Amino acid sequence: MGVLVDFALLAFLATTAIAVVRTTNLFAAVMLAGIYSLLTAGLFTVMDAVDVAFTEAAVGAGISTVLMLATLAFVGSRVKTPQLRITDISAKVPVRRPVFPLVVVLVTGAILIWGTGDMPAYGDPANPIHHHVAPRYLEESEHEIGVPNVVTSVLASYRGFDTFGETTVVFTAAVGVMILLSAMRRKDRFGEERWGEESVPDLFRGFAPTFWLGQDGRMRAPPSQPGEEDEGGTP
Amino acid sequence: MRVLGLYNYWIFIFLMMVGFYILISRRNLVKKILGLNIFQTSVFIFYISMGKITGGTAPILVEGAEAVVYSNPLPHVLILTAIVVGVSTTAVALALVVRIKEAYGTIEGDEISAMDNQIPF
Amino acid sequence: MSDQIILRVATKIIVPTILLYALYVQFHGDYGPGGGFQAGVIFSAAFILYALVFGLRRTHRVLPTWVVRGCASAGVLLYGGVGLASMVMGGAFLDYGVLAHDPKHGQHYGILLVELGVMITVFGVMVTIFYFFAARGREDL
Repeated sequence: MGVLVDFALLAFLATTAIAVVRTTNLFAAVMLAGIYSLLTAGLFTVMDAVDVAFTEAAVGAGISTVLMLATLAFVGSRVKTPQLRITDISAKVPVRRPVFPLVVVLVTGAILIWGTGDMPAYGDPANPIHHHVAPRYLEESEHEIGVPNVVTSVLASYRGFDTFGETTVVFTAAVGVMILLSAMRRKDRFGEERWGEESVPDLFRGFAPTFWLGQDGRMRAPPSQPGEEDEGGTP
Repeated sequence: MRVLGLYNYWIFIFLMMVGFYILISRRNLVKKILGLNIFQTSVFIFYISMGKITGGTAPILVEGAEAVVYSNPLPHVLILTAIVVGVSTTAVALALVVRIKEAYGTIEGDEISAMDNQIPF
Repeated sequence: MSDQIILRVATKIIVPTILLYALYVQFHGDYGPGGGFQAGVIFSAAFILYALVFGLRRTHRVLPTWVVRGCASAGVLLYGGVGLASMVMGGAFLDYGVLAHDPKHGQHYGILLVELGVMITVFGVMVTIFYFFAARGREDL
């Protein structure tokens, strides 16, 4: 029964992934990515990883989708196909056929599948991974930590350093987003548009401008794009 | 039986290659990030597959029960944190995309590089 | 979306439930699936839902930006603080056994505090990221 559910979920996952490749509408792609995450969460439950399934359902299908949609509000939901390229600059860009990437992917995939010939079978208790540190965690955790959920005891106690590092990475990501998204484009005193640091939190005021100002202190502003507004209009 | 034991790994490789294909063949930056996410999730599935023991149960200790087989908790811990770190780094990537859209007016990778090469600033 | 009466009423009922559920996931994480990472994400999801339905301005009034920014750093500091505390009490960094007379109780306290730190950080980070994405390009906020 478990095997059947496993097979069905994996087949759904593969189908969803193909659909993400083929769609040219970013809104649909983001929604498919949400479905993909939810299917992954189901798969994790089948594989006994309840904590991971929980996280994937909350993060992948929830927060991730919201952030993607917030980005689409800025960038639009249309992927430009060659027919839709109407700006001057894109006329000079040669249209590449995706044959070479396909060859690369097929060759890499074939090599990896050849490599699975040496892999231990799925779900075999004799696999090497189950004979290293895991038995110690499962046997000693009850006496040493006294917490029934072994995942929690490994996460917070045995591998506390690891989790400390991960928490710091998450915090650093927030700092990165704050630096990137707090710069506003404003008119300076010469009436020219440039990136200013007015809205950067005081904490970053000292070092933040170096990230987006060039050596002469000016943002490399691109020329205005005629025809950009009617993107997705008549080809 | 051998095929049954390796089926999970094959699907994982397939998903990884789909993500890889999106990453190298699509020029739209948001699409590339989606491809990167699929790639990342396939690695998660691979790790969790490694930890599964047939007939096992979730690694939450049962009081007073004898001879219960638990799946390996170690990959669960690693992937649990990796998922949250993954969404944080995705957020940074999306923030970069927003800034690129504001600065260049497009998020198509080839148009951006064409602008960089042709127009002297 | 603020003119949708069903959404508004449903959100008002759902948001406290989500917050309560996040706290359950946080403090029941020792005995069942759950923990700081999941609880933090669910806690922030409640505020993101509130912001999607009632708008960013009202959410800022409930949860100002400086609070979430503080949360993001406070959690990491709490985590590191537990490590330093266990060093001061005579153990190694993040060795919770020394935090109480009984090593098992010490481990309990340590895990509780560390998971709390993780939850506060993840909550702060997720809401901060959402705030910055949602407020981008809007002059009225």
